[in-house]
This record gives sequence, structure tokens and C-alpha cells, in this order.
Amino acid sequence: MQTQILITIIGVLLIILVNWYFFFSKRKVTQATVEAEGIQEVKVIVKGGYSPDVIVVKRGIPVRINFYRDETAECSDTVVFGDLKIRKPLPAFKTTPIQFTPEKPGEYTFTCGMGMMRGKLIVE
Amino acid sequence: MREKYYFCSKNCKETFEQNPEIYINSKTGTKQEVERIRGETRVEKLEKTHLPIVGMSCASCAQIIQKSLSELKGVNRASVNFATSKATVAYDPQQAKVEDFISAIRKNGYDVGTVSIEIPIQGIECASCVQKIERALLVTKGVSTAVVNLATQKAKVEYLPSETRLDEIKKAIESTGYKVMEIPPEEEVEDVERIQREKEYKKLKTKFLAGLIISVLIFLGSSEWIPGTPEILSNFFVLWILATPVQFWVGWQFYKGAWGAFVHRNADMNTLIAVGTSAAYLYSVSATFVPSFFIKGGVEPKVYFDTSTIIITLILLGRLLEARAKGQTSEAILKLAGLQAKTARVMRDGKETDIPIEEVLVEDIVLVRPGEKIPVDGIIIEGKSAVDESMITGESIPVEKGKGDEVIGSTINKTGSFKFEATKVGKDTALAQITKLVQDAQGSKAPIQRLADVIAGYFVPIVISIAIATFIIWVNFGPDPALTFALLNFVAVMIIACPCALGLATPTAIMVGTGKGAENGVLIKGGESLETAHKVTTVVLDKTGTLTKGEPEVTNITPANGFIETEILKYAASTEKGSEHPLGEAIIKKAADQKIKLSDPKDFYAIPGHGIEAKIDGKKVLLGNLKLMRDRNIEIADLEQKAGELSGEGKTPMYIVVDGRAAGIIAVADTLKDNSKKAVEGLHQLGLEVIMLTGDNQRTAQAIARKAGIDRVLSEVLPQDKVDEIKKLQKTGKVVAMVGDGINDAPALAQADIGIAIGTGTDVAMEASDITLIKGDLQGVVASIELSKKTIKTIKQNLFWAFFYNTAGIPIAAGILYPFFGILLNPIFASAAMAFSSVSVVSNSLRLRRCKFKSQDSVTFSK
Repeated sequence: MQTQILITIIGVLLIILVNWYFFFSKRKVTQATVEAEGIQEVKVIVKGGYSPDVIVVKRGIPVRINFYRDETAECSDTVVFGDLKIRKPLPAFKTTPIQFTPEKPGEYTFTCGMGMMRGKLIVE
Repeated sequence: MREKYYFCSKNCKETFEQNPEIYINSKTGTKQEVERIRGETRVEKLEKTHLPIVGMSCASCAQIIQKSLSELKGVNRASVNFATSKATVAYDPQQAKVEDFISAIRKNGYDVGTVSIEIPIQGIECASCVQKIERALLVTKGVSTAVVNLATQKAKVEYLPSETRLDEIKKAIESTGYKVMEIPPEEEVEDVERIQREKEYKKLKTKFLAGLIISVLIFLGSSEWIPGTPEILSNFFVLWILATPVQFWVGWQFYKGAWGAFVHRNADMNTLIAVGTSAAYLYSVSATFVPSFFIKGGVEPKVYFDTSTIIITLILLGRLLEARAKGQTSEAILKLAGLQAKTARVMRDGKETDIPIEEVLVEDIVLVRPGEKIPVDGIIIEGKSAVDESMITGESIPVEKGKGDEVIGSTINKTGSFKFEATKVGKDTALAQITKLVQDAQGSKAPIQRLADVIAGYFVPIVISIAIATFIIWVNFGPDPALTFALLNFVAVMIIACPCALGLATPTAIMVGTGKGAENGVLIKGGESLETAHKVTTVVLDKTGTLTKGEPEVTNITPANGFIETEILKYAASTEKGSEHPLGEAIIKKAADQKIKLSDPKDFYAIPGHGIEAKIDGKKVLLGNLKLMRDRNIEIADLEQKAGELSGEGKTPMYIVVDGRAAGIIAVADTLKDNSKKAVEGLHQLGLEVIMLTGDNQRTAQAIARKAGIDRVLSEVLPQDKVDEIKKLQKTGKVVAMVGDGINDAPALAQADIGIAIGTGTDVAMEASDITLIKGDLQGVVASIELSKKTIKTIKQNLFWAFFYNTAGIPIAAGILYPFFGILLNPIFASAAMAFSSVSVVSNSLRLRRCKFKSQDSVTFSK
């Protein structure tokens, strides 16, 4: 009986922990830096996810996101900005730049080809 | 005197040894120094360069550029030709550089047609290497800028293709002792990806085979009922030794993936598999090494190594199949990229030169021989041939082309040789535009996907929560041995959940669907267009140029008073020779088709609104309408009734009179395109209402509509009112597709729910429309709506199975059926189901590649 109670308590705590970790914990936000040529640039490492995965950019200024795919796992072989109609293959161990100019402020998600890995682009 | 030199790398030393004087004499090694030394060794003379200028709109622009070039230091003479858009500069290379000319031209607001290229270089090890290469490049004639990046090991060179070639640039780099690596063309990115994928695939296969063999052994060892199994295989320690490499070598990618996602606060497929199989594995390890712990707790120690290994092996098999299938979904883009020609044969300095396609400029004269690929878009200036355009338009019959006709890059020249002037190069070519459109479309999302997207974001953590809850419930309420049940059901829930199927459902179908369209000249803008197209209830067809050929044709010739057809045609066509009326052109064309020799008209006189008159071979010929006949009191007798019949059919009859005697009637009309009737039939078969929209009067409009089989006509609509007509239809609740030529109808196309531009590959039309048909055939409309219906149907099937599979699978895996029917899902079956659910979704999408279309008899949907 005691083991059962113990397992139940641990289990419930685990459920809470899982949900907190994946949904509510604070994520690191990265602001894109404006380079000399007037482009906001940010480097994103693709390895099991995007780091950073929350990118803040200013609207009206061209944005260049340099995706470096540091793995061969197939899931990350494509990055998709659905709202911006961008779908680009990311060759492994290479930097793939994606350039565009965000016009409308808002939140745009970018995902892998299957929508499992996700990141957020915040246009201010 | 001896002096010691230090080198920062082996490369620098080697280069130094090749030509020590340059560096010893110029200790500082500045750019100017080297240039000076190079300059001294060169014979002093003026050099000449030609710069192609972009953006000149008038002769005074040429003057401005010429003046600013002449004023530059070192320029001996500069002349700018407005007609050829070229500047010719004679200059002293020691005082002026091409770079200066380019910046002077750009300062004036014009541009120079330069080519920019990135060249990978091997062995750049220090900053001074960078400078050395840059210098060598900058003194190369025709190079305007050169920047070498140490970090990327690449030189970015901007050069004038009219002045130098890539070979020269490579030579310049190699003269400094560095090796130029193969320059990867843009599309090779796809190739790199493919090679990578193949490598992965192979590795995956090896792992799968290893997993398979071990799984079989473990399976034999774990099942007590298969006879002839060696005793040793059921030993827990032996099973443990077998299972461990499967868990951590074959299944390593799951751990790697899961960890990668975990650090990013993500959870995916790998998380579920890694946690699920680890649970089974670790439980079994404990049972193997500390069985006393289990016995103490009243549980018989049992191992589940078979569960963990078989799950890993099966899921690997699923991935293998999925990888193969997924590779095929993007085949269309690979095919398009592969269409691009690599080189072009261009006239340069009066000679034929083979150059890389990137260096072809607008206005270059390109030569094409039979069997060759046409490199870029242009207009034929000499010669003729038949061109196979099937790769772009989907039209399987080669098209005859002659002087003045347009050719499309990447199509294949079949029979003759010809020269053409390049009009579009690089990113502007039809192929490049199409590729971009298809790529955009494949990257776009269909609204139908949104729900799946939202779910995918929450899916895995929720499944983990459900799995833990399952475990708790079984431990508390399950029958004995509760812990075993709890463990197996926990694993089953983790394993059966398949977010991949959800994630793949829509994108794979869109990729295959849009790709299939592109192969057949149907370009769909994106997922949203595709989704709206399948809801269309009403198709509005513009008449002129869409339903009809857009050019009038002679349809009937009715002779009278003893004249014969050819005679009438000859008089009429000869008379029309002087006029520029489109109806006249139709008559002349008809005469030319029948190879009738025409005479030159004399005393030509046009009577506005009535007709024309002229003297042909000494005879007075009158050609015009009824009013003209009345005015001239011509006896036309029963011809009037015939003319009435003809106009009832939507044709324009013209009376012809020779020397005061009525000779007959020639009727001209804009005729239906060959496949229009069939296409309208096809649209009706799809259950759509077809409406014709035209500016013609009702009688003519009705006549054409009747011929095409169209049930509803909106006639006498002024061009500017087309938008309102579409709006009116939409107000009655109809989902309207408007089909037009994309240029004149752009506003109506934009207003319609789906705008279909027909017979065009121009970027303007592609921008304004949701679907672009490269071929002028209306059957493409049927095909595109069919394609959208089939694609959306596939997406719905995919989504249904993915949702159904998960919503039914997870509760069953959790054991919801156990209390009622005693049914439990073995985790191994769960893994098999999960592995094949995503494969089935991808395969279902791939079925689209093979689907047949009703419109197939004329629009050939290959494979």
C-alpha cells in the first residue's frame, strides 16, 4: 500500500514537472543584431531543436537567419516558416541563410518539416 | 646579405618561393606596391573595357554616363551607346580601375550588369593569404570587387562577364598558389542533401539488420513455447548482453534526438521512444541483477528485453520506409532544378564561346543546335526549329518556332539550329520563376493544417502525462502482478502515440500535389489556394483569349453570282492588304493558308464604320457591311438572309462586291479553342456551374456559349465591371473561380476566390493569380480543380487516419478495454502500428503522383 501511495505521489509530481518544463518554463529570448549592411542577423543552431528558439526582430528591416544544422537527424532537414511561405532544406553541418523582410508585427512560428521542432519569431 | 623570413603557414611559404622578388622588394607588401610592381612588368598601354549598362531609358541618360566616365582620372576616352546599352571606356590601367567606372555609373543612378559569384578556395590559413588573393583578383581585368573571407574560405567576386570569364578568375586565384575548389551551383544544395540522405539511409539499414537479427534471437529466448530454442537463450544475462547493443547502438539516435529536444524544452517522437524503451529495458535490467528486490515485493522477476529490442527494430524499419517515401515527395523540385542547362554557346567578340549559364547576359546572342537544351529565355532572331516544351508546359507535341518567336530556357531544341537573343537570364527566367513558385507553394500551409499544428505542439508532453497516469492507475487498481501491467501499458502508450503522422498529413500531400501540377504546367500558389480551389462552385470564363483563340478567323465563305470561293478570298484579301483591321488580318491569313497570290490594291479607300474599297487588277472591289450595300444600292438579294443567319451564330459577315456585282459573303469570327468544349464538359462533370463573361452583345455571346456548351452568359460587361459581376456572384454564396489571361483580367482574378491565369508564365500573371496555367488550354482548369479536389481528399484521409489512430490507439494502449473485454495491447504491436502509421500517411500522399484525371485525354498527366 505504501509503495502505491509513493508511486502515485511521484507520478503526479512527474506529470506536473513534465507540463511545467515543456509548456510554462521561461525560454531564452534573443534579439537579432543589426549588422553594418542594415540587416538584422541572428545565428540559429539546429540540433534537436532551435537555439535560440525565440528570436525578436524589428519590422521593416531585412532579417537574415543563419541556420547551422549541427546534426544529421532527418527531422530537422527542413525549416518551414509557414506564414512567410518559406521552406528551405538545411544541409547538415552547413550554414543556410534565410533572408526576408518582415512587414507586419506579430508572432511567426518556424518549425521543422513535420512541425515537431518549433521556434518563434517575434516581429516588433 | 642574409635575411630570415617567417611564414604564417605552409601555403604562404610556397607562394613566396614561387616569386620571391615581389615580396622581398616590397617589404610592406601593400596593395599599391604589388600593383606597382605588377604594373612595371606589364607593357604600358591603354586598355579598353565594355560595360553593359542597366536602366538607361533615353539618349540623355547615355550623355550623363558618358560625361561622368570621361571626367574620371585615367580615362582616355569614354563613349556610351544608348541603343546597345553599352559603355566603352579606354583607360590607363595604372591610373583607373574598372571598379571606379562601375561606381561612377552607379552613382548616377544606373547599374552595370555584373555577375557575382562565390568561389570556395582551399587552404586559406591567414589574413595575409586573404589580402594576396584579393590583390590578384583585383588586378584581373573585368573584376570589379573581390572580397575573400577567411572564415568561410570563400572569395566573393563581382565581375563583368563581357570582360572576363570564370576560368580567368580561377586562374588568377591559382596563380597565387591556392587551389580553387569546385564551385557548387545553387541546385547542388539539393544534391548534397540527397547524398547525405543516402548515407544516413545506409547507416539506418545496417542498424536495422543488426537489430533484426538480435530481435529474432531475443524473441526465441523470451518465448517459452517455441520448440528447439537453445536453453542458453532464455538466460537473463544472455538476453541482457544481446539487448544492450540494440538499446544503445541501434537505438542511439532516439536518445540523441530526445536529449537534443529536451534541452530545447521540446519533446518529440524520439522522447517517446527513448523513454518508453528505456523503461522496459531498465525494468528488465533490475530484474536480471537484483531479482531479490522483486521477490521481496511479491513480484516474480521477469525481463522484457524482447519488448525494448523489437520496438526499436520495428520503428527503425518504419523510419527506413518513411525516409524512402519522403524523399519522393520533393521529387518535383529536384526534377525542375535538374532541367537547368549548365552552359550556353554565346557569340562573344564575333566568336562562338561556351560559357557557364550564370554568365549569360540579357541581349547576348545564343546559339542552339538540334538536340541541345535552350539555356535561357529569349526571342529567335535567326533560323527555325521544333521545340519540345513538355517540361514546362506539359504539352507533349513539339512546337514549331521561327524568327520572332519566344523560346523558354530549359526546353529542348529538336530539329533545326537557331540563334536567339537572350531576354531573361538568371532569376528572371520562366524556369527560375516556376521553381520558386513551386518551392513557395510547397512551403506554404493549408488552413486545414492549423488544427494538426496546434495539436502537434502539445502532443508529446500530454502523451507522457497520460502514460504516467496510466502507470499510476494500473499500480493502484490493476490486477496482480500490478507492476508488470503498469509497466507494459506505460510503454504501450508511449510507443503507440504518433505525432509524426499528424505532422506529415498535410505537407506531404501539398508537396506531391503541387509538384504533380507543376510537371504538367499547372502552377498552384500554395496550400491555401489548393484548399479554396476544391470548394469552387462556379467557374467564370472570360471569353476572348480564354474560351476562344482571341484572334478572329474566316469561318464561312458564301459565293454568289457565279464567283468561286478562292476568287472571293483573293479579292477580299487583296483589298484588305491596305488595312490594319483585325478582321482584315483574318482574311489575309486565310488567303495565305490557301496559298492564294494577292494583288496590290490601288486607290484604297476606307469608309469608317462601313467597310473599304479599292481597285484590284483593274476591278473595283467593295468590302463592307449591309449599310454600305444599301448606300451604294447594290443588289444583294438572298445574301441578306444568309448574312442574318451568320450573325445569329455570332459571326461577323462582310459583303464583297466586284465591279458593282455582289460576289458573296465572307464571315469572320473569333472561334473556340480546340479543347474549350471538352473542358466545359469536364467542368460540368465535376458538378460546377460554368459562366461566360464577355463584352460582346448578347446575340454573339449566346452563339459562342451555345457552341461551347455553356449554360449561363454574362454579356455586354465592360472590362471595368468584371469585378462587380464577380462580387455579385459571390454575394449569392458562390465560390467563384475566374479564368482569364492574367493581365487584362488581373482585378477580376484577384476578386475571385480563385484566380486562374491561362496561357502564361509571366511573373505579373503568376502574382495576381492563385493558379497559373502555362499552356493556353482550358483543360488545365479542369485538371487544376481535379488536382485540388484529390489533394484535399488525400489530406483529409491522412488527417482522419492520423487523428483516429491516435485517439483510438492511446486509450486502447492504456488498457481501457481491459475491464470490459480483457483486451490489452502488447507494446510490440503498438510499435508496429506506430511505425506503419506514418509510412501509410506518406504513401497515401504519394498515391497522388499516380492519380488519373478526367481531363487526361488531352492534358497528359505523366505517370
